[in-house]
Amino acid sequence: MSKAQALLQWIDDRFPLSTLWREHLSEYYAPKNFNFWYYFGSFALLVLVVQIVSGIFLTMNYKPDASQAFQSVEYIMRDVPGGWLIRYIHSTGASLFFVVVYLHMFRGLIYGSHRKPRELIWLLGVFIYLCMMAEAFFGYLLPWGQMSYWGAQVIVNLFGAIPIVGEDLAIWIRGDYVVSDATLNRFFAFHVIAVPLVLLALVVVHLIALHEVGSNNPDGIEIKKQKDPVTGRPLDGIAFHPYYTLKDLVGVVVFLAVFSLIIFFAPDMGGYFLEHNNFVPADPLKTPAHIAPVWYFTPYYAMLRAVPAFLGSQFWGVAVMGAAVLIFFFVPWLDRSPVKSVRYKGPIYKFALTCFVVSFLWLCYLGTQQPTVAATWIARVLTLIYFAFFVLMPWYSRIDKTKPVPERVTD
Amino acid sequence: MADLEVQNGKRRRLLVASGVVGGIGVIGAAVPFLASMLPSARARAAGAPVEVDISKVEPGMMIRAEWRGKPIWVVHRTQDMLTDVRKSDPLLADPNSDGSRQPEYAKNEFRSIQPEYLVLVGICTHLGCSPTDKLQAGPASGMGEGWLGGFLCPCHGSKFDLAGRVFKDVPAPANLEVPPYRFLSDTRLLIGDDGKGA
Repeated sequence: MSKAQALLQWIDDRFPLSTLWREHLSEYYAPKNFNFWYYFGSFALLVLVVQIVSGIFLTMNYKPDASQAFQSVEYIMRDVPGGWLIRYIHSTGASLFFVVVYLHMFRGLIYGSHRKPRELIWLLGVFIYLCMMAEAFFGYLLPWGQMSYWGAQVIVNLFGAIPIVGEDLAIWIRGDYVVSDATLNRFFAFHVIAVPLVLLALVVVHLIALHEVGSNNPDGIEIKKQKDPVTGRPLDGIAFHPYYTLKDLVGVVVFLAVFSLIIFFAPDMGGYFLEHNNFVPADPLKTPAHIAPVWYFTPYYAMLRAVPAFLGSQFWGVAVMGAAVLIFFFVPWLDRSPVKSVRYKGPIYKFALTCFVVSFLWLCYLGTQQPTVAATWIARVLTLIYFAFFVLMPWYSRIDKTKPVPERVTD
Repeated sequence: MADLEVQNGKRRRLLVASGVVGGIGVIGAAVPFLASMLPSARARAAGAPVEVDISKVEPGMMIRAEWRGKPIWVVHRTQDMLTDVRKSDPLLADPNSDGSRQPEYAKNEFRSIQPEYLVLVGICTHLGCSPTDKLQAGPASGMGEGWLGGFLCPCHGSKFDLAGRVFKDVPAPANLEVPPYRFLSDTRLLIGDDGKGA
């Protein structure tokens, strides 16, 4: 036995290192027919690591103090060696995190990854999504620019719209009567420690649940149903390592190339990743002429704007916005189709999904634009389509004409 | 050996009892942490009244002050503006300010103590943005022909007239708030204290 093997044995006697490696990598059998869409889970993991590492280095120079925060970000951008790069990595990473997670969620919707037995994986995923939204929201206040300030003001006031307890709740969240130093300081605490801890824990649980039931695939077939009688391994499965680790590595190279192109050539993405008004220090007395959240929140923001005040309360818009996010929790039970994958679903589901994607992207666009009368009406219609996709799902997924599902995965 | 038999019922009761006691302990321990997020003594003390000098506000102009971290507007309304305030009544959601927040002495036609001087908290009642002033009537404010002068919230498009009253069919549910205030002299205002214990 070599020295390295002896060391591994020494560890294995005390910690299940080899067992973990086998269970989660070298003997975790994933379906052999993963396609392009299956990159985004690993990309999300990669961006999470990138965000944590770049975030740690940003905290070394950032000051969570209303009188110094804006200056300290400028200091990072101008005077800290490589500070601009770390900051752009972090700000671009935030947007790309949402890009890959939206695509990852879309993958789930087309291949039925939310269906039995993966309901819990989906639920954990929605919790991760909520955590990411909280993380992005808290982080956005930290540069203490005009958009940071007024964005936080609007979002905290969303809680103020909740009947009866709302106003006290908003004061409790801010720690002051308006967004102030106290708010900045606590958002910093949430952003750098509280939410990331929860996020990491959720990601670990998401993966444990995934490895328990096994990955879904573009055919929506359970590969565990067809096992090799001798080895007991799924006939359509291949070991995650080395097959998918290497496949993902190729994807990672492409992904990081795109990441670098954005960082070096378009770090603010024309105002979509870093908004122009956020290069102006926060002014509590003056709202910028046009405020909009960063692109990944704009679909919900467009819905918020589209719902008028009703019975003397602006709560309805807030409720619609909240429902639009929380409705994702119910998807595993709304989908009543006998098949999982879109490959074997009928025309109705494909049409419904297309409408949903169009309404989501269109709302995303409208949310970045100034509200006009026409745009508000379009947003209202799109909001209805968005909700119809979910609410009518039990009905249309049942009557839809499906194709027979093969026994084994296709190539 | 009956005394060594496992008494499952008793175990369960003890488990529930200790669980409940422990749960109460956790809730109790959470209180100081949650309470630490309330506004601090310093934040509460910062609510002191502020004095505003209005001698340099020309008719038709406005100034901004800060009270409790919020923008306070003082608008010096001209006679034309006051006429326009009367004209906008049919366009408003709450013309008599019944569902809005203002001190009793400002719940009148012009929502002010002296009709010329309008004092408002410059925060939209929708989601807390600070509306933009569009004081001039007509197309000069970029608000179209029929505009009578007022304020536009850039965030979600809520519109208010020159008494801070909200228009119909906009997201904001109520008129802009009037803070407690009083005149110390003809040219000096005290915001946040009206001498009536507010």
